[in-house]
Amino acid sequence: MIRLQDLTKKKYLLPGNAACPGCPLNMGLRYVGMAFEDKTVLVVPAGCTSVIQGLMPKTGINMPLLNIAFAASPAAAAGLATALALRGKDAIVVSWAGDGGSADIGFASLSGAAERNDNIIHIVADNEAYMNTGIQRSSLTPFGAWTTTTVKGKQEQKKDLPLIMWAHKVPYIATASVGYPIDFIEKLKKAQQIKGFKYIHLHAPCPVGWRFDPGMTVEVAKLAVQTGMWILFEAENGKIRISPTSRPYANKKNRTPLEEYLKLQGRFEKVTPEMIKKMYEEIDNNWRILLELEEITSKI
Amino acid sequence: MMVQTQKNIKVITGNYSVAEAARLARVKVVSAYPITPQTTIVEKLDEYIETGKMDAVMIRVESEHSALAAAYGAAAGGVRAFTATSSQGLLYMHEMVWWVANSRIPLVMAVGTRVLGPPWNIWDEHSDLLDQRDTGWLIAMAANNQEVLDMLIQMFRVTEDERVFLPGMVGLDAFILTHTSEPVDIPDQEIVDQFLPERKQPYIIEPGNPISMGNLPSTAVVHARLRYDMWKSMQNAKEVIRQTAREWEKLTGRFSGDLVECYRCENAKYFIVGMGAWTGDMKEAVDILRDNGYEVGLFRLRFVRPFPDEEVAKYLSNAKGVIVFDRAVSMGSGGPIFLDLGYRIRNVPVTDVIAGLGGEDVNFNMFSEVVKGLISEVEKEGEFKKLINFYIGGELQ
Repeated sequence: MIRLQDLTKKKYLLPGNAACPGCPLNMGLRYVGMAFEDKTVLVVPAGCTSVIQGLMPKTGINMPLLNIAFAASPAAAAGLATALALRGKDAIVVSWAGDGGSADIGFASLSGAAERNDNIIHIVADNEAYMNTGIQRSSLTPFGAWTTTTVKGKQEQKKDLPLIMWAHKVPYIATASVGYPIDFIEKLKKAQQIKGFKYIHLHAPCPVGWRFDPGMTVEVAKLAVQTGMWILFEAENGKIRISPTSRPYANKKNRTPLEEYLKLQGRFEKVTPEMIKKMYEEIDNNWRILLELEEITSKI
Repeated sequence: MMVQTQKNIKVITGNYSVAEAARLARVKVVSAYPITPQTTIVEKLDEYIETGKMDAVMIRVESEHSALAAAYGAAAGGVRAFTATSSQGLLYMHEMVWWVANSRIPLVMAVGTRVLGPPWNIWDEHSDLLDQRDTGWLIAMAANNQEVLDMLIQMFRVTEDERVFLPGMVGLDAFILTHTSEPVDIPDQEIVDQFLPERKQPYIIEPGNPISMGNLPSTAVVHARLRYDMWKSMQNAKEVIRQTAREWEKLTGRFSGDLVECYRCENAKYFIVGMGAWTGDMKEAVDILRDNGYEVGLFRLRFVRPFPDEEVAKYLSNAKGVIVFDRAVSMGSGGPIFLDLGYRIRNVPVTDVIAGLGGEDVNFNMFSEVVKGLISEVEKEGEFKKLINFYIGGELQ
């Protein structure tokens, strides 16, 4: 069990960087620094984090950082991790990408690194659309959400990237949320101990793109978990285990009504009752699949 | 100083010559994706690594984009990295080609030059290599398998020189070199170790060094200065290439030119310009033409980036006529070498022959006939009839 007071006080994310108010990526990056401290090396493809760093020759991120072309972060991280290992450096190389750099344009590279079991940690900072270019839909945008390229609300489902990565048979998969930093840092610390490919999918509500008050990022993130929309789990060597934070919401009765989550966000302003019904069904399906998989994989 | 005293000649393909060079350069990370005709480079390097003949790690990536990204990551992390590709593969990694150069990370790549589709075609053309000419990589083109090895080893030293700090690629013609065996004198490891100093690079991405490589520039001027600095380094590279070729000669006794090789250029009035394996046939053509009283020389480009301005001025500025053979074409304009050369010799009659497209073979008889015909144009009219000619199916169009 990790206690906040035991973690470093060193600032790995410097004040005055270029993130928007209430940015979930700022939170996530800070937690990565708190977990890995001076061992951290970041590889960052195109996305909001390209901007958050601020303007060179300065940087707002107090960790070594290699920017890389959009599609290439897991591959570049694999090369970098290999070189640092050859040079005897005690490094934790983190490929820090968004939903585009992971699920869409970066997917081939991500899948390749996972299949090769490259010794990196890939973190998807999932703000559920292409926020850096101005809120366009991605394959991780949820059903019903408004974006500038889904003005009537997205008609398709969110791609289940964590389970796709689980199917790659890698040593470690986890989902996390910026609303639950201790859970996230614990998962980072666990990933650090494991050799090979580690995947952590960090749910990251974006005030600008989701149209909510920048003071509400943590609350929205928590509601995603409490409504059962976002399920925190881990898979070590394929064995799926629902995380304690999400466990209560396996039972429908414990879930906060989805409307509580939706009403805070402008992107869901125009969803119809039929669409909400479909969302509820999808939540139930996701839980059913995951609980079944937990049961099945407990026997392997 | 130890010098190579004994020859160690092996009959190997151009691709195995590439693999030998990477092994001798003590490359630490190889990352590549197979594509014809580069494939046997990857296979040989994989065999070297698996059997312990080479102390390196092979990253078997899922695409060329990732191949260069992984090699770049490794190079940014402080080790010598290598990749090789061809044709569509080079174009697929084109984004990364720019990325590596703009971040000033030394890295070396071999390119088995091949036609771009459609239609699918695995034969030789220079379109893929020359498509990279604006990227900021040093670009060299070998003429034989010995030069493949020598150029690649020299390229590591040139790219890691602090006056340069740019990546470099060496081209070798599809099949004509990649799959054709020739005698290659392979230097001893001690000789190469002596020649290649420990790797230098402008910065290393590693723990405890919180720098950010590649975040947004504070002003456009800051960015423009970076670009201008690359330009200056590219200019510096010329002298570094010349010095490096001489150093290699001292250790191995081999010198086949630096930025260019000029063949029978003494008293030449007309010059053929070309690069790559077919310059072997051009040399034959020059011999035939000389035997027939033509005062012709071959100006062979070994490097197209940086472009050899000084050598062009020295050899070509007083020529009676210059005939460029391009194995690529910039559609709507002309052959890439012709375009680079033309404005540098403004008062000299110059014509372009775009030939060998789609892998069409052009032999020494064809070269000598084409050159004879074009020379007669200048002899009669004082200039060439056309700026751009195509040579297809044995006929000039």
